[in-house]
Amino acid sequence: MTRLEDKEFPLEELQPPMANGEVIFEEPWQGRVFAMTILLNKAGLFSWDEFQSELISTIERWDREADQSEGYEYYERFSDALNSLLGKKGIVAGEELVERTEEYVNRPHGHDH
Amino acid sequence: MSNSYVGLRAEALESLLIEKGLIQIDQIDQTISLYNERVGPMNGARVVAKAWKDPEYKKRLVEDGTGAIEEFGFVGGQIDKLVVVENSESVHNVVVCTLCSCYPWAILGLPPRWYKDPAYRSRVVKEPRKVLEEMGTTLPKDKTVRVWDSSAEIRYMVLPEMPRDWSDLSESDLAERVSRDSMIGVELLGLDRSA
Repeated sequence: MTRLEDKEFPLEELQPPMANGEVIFEEPWQGRVFAMTILLNKAGLFSWDEFQSELISTIERWDREADQSEGYEYYERFSDALNSLLGKKGIVAGEELVERTEEYVNRPHGHDH
Repeated sequence: MSNSYVGLRAEALESLLIEKGLIQIDQIDQTISLYNERVGPMNGARVVAKAWKDPEYKKRLVEDGTGAIEEFGFVGGQIDKLVVVENSESVHNVVVCTLCSCYPWAILGLPPRWYKDPAYRSRVVKEPRKVLEEMGTTLPKDKTVRVWDSSAEIRYMVLPEMPRDWSDLSESDLAERVSRDSMIGVELLGLDRSA
């Protein structure tokens, strides 16, 4: 059923910080995707159950199909789930998002500085 | 700023949502700081400390977790139903979400990385003792281990056992000693973990 049954358990990743109050987002975009999801849910664009089901199926698909050597990145799946739901709801079309992302990928280096 | 594809895609989504008038940039910043600063395991720790000090409150908490935490007025919900499972001399409880990452945000904040990891999600159900052992917690052999699988409808929190030598501490001192991991059930309190 699960893909990790026979694998070595990644012990170093599992060793959790013992104190309360660790950093919860490893990269800024993770926090922004999370916050956008909360806000769009609050604005009534989708229910939390809808998002939850989308997330579950996104994670299942990854378990089934992805190149496991890439490693599991929770917020990438979270972000996939949000984009997919927004596409289905006609809020942000997939093509629109790809187009805008490509613009950012191709913008001149040093844009942020 | 991240230059990874997913990072740029998140930035692209944000700009589209702002253009469409669905989100404002300062709302995003406010939400992030809310989760960074006000929603976290310190909330659950206060609940646990109160339950240890006040047997009546503990009774209510175990019977109706959702109702019992209401009086604290925590923000950042997503908890329809909170079930508090109590550890004892004979029972140890562990929480997981096998399908995704359901977790009682309002009282524990956002889940730690390992909680969302496929390895923890799949293995803790099958071999909880071994997984806990690998995380540095050895459970006494005579304890029964119960694993609780969270869902969108029901979130679980573990009420850890209070170490005997903490009985003289005040409620606020106790709250400072309750770790996030003890409320997920992957740590026993009061043991020297530095060794």
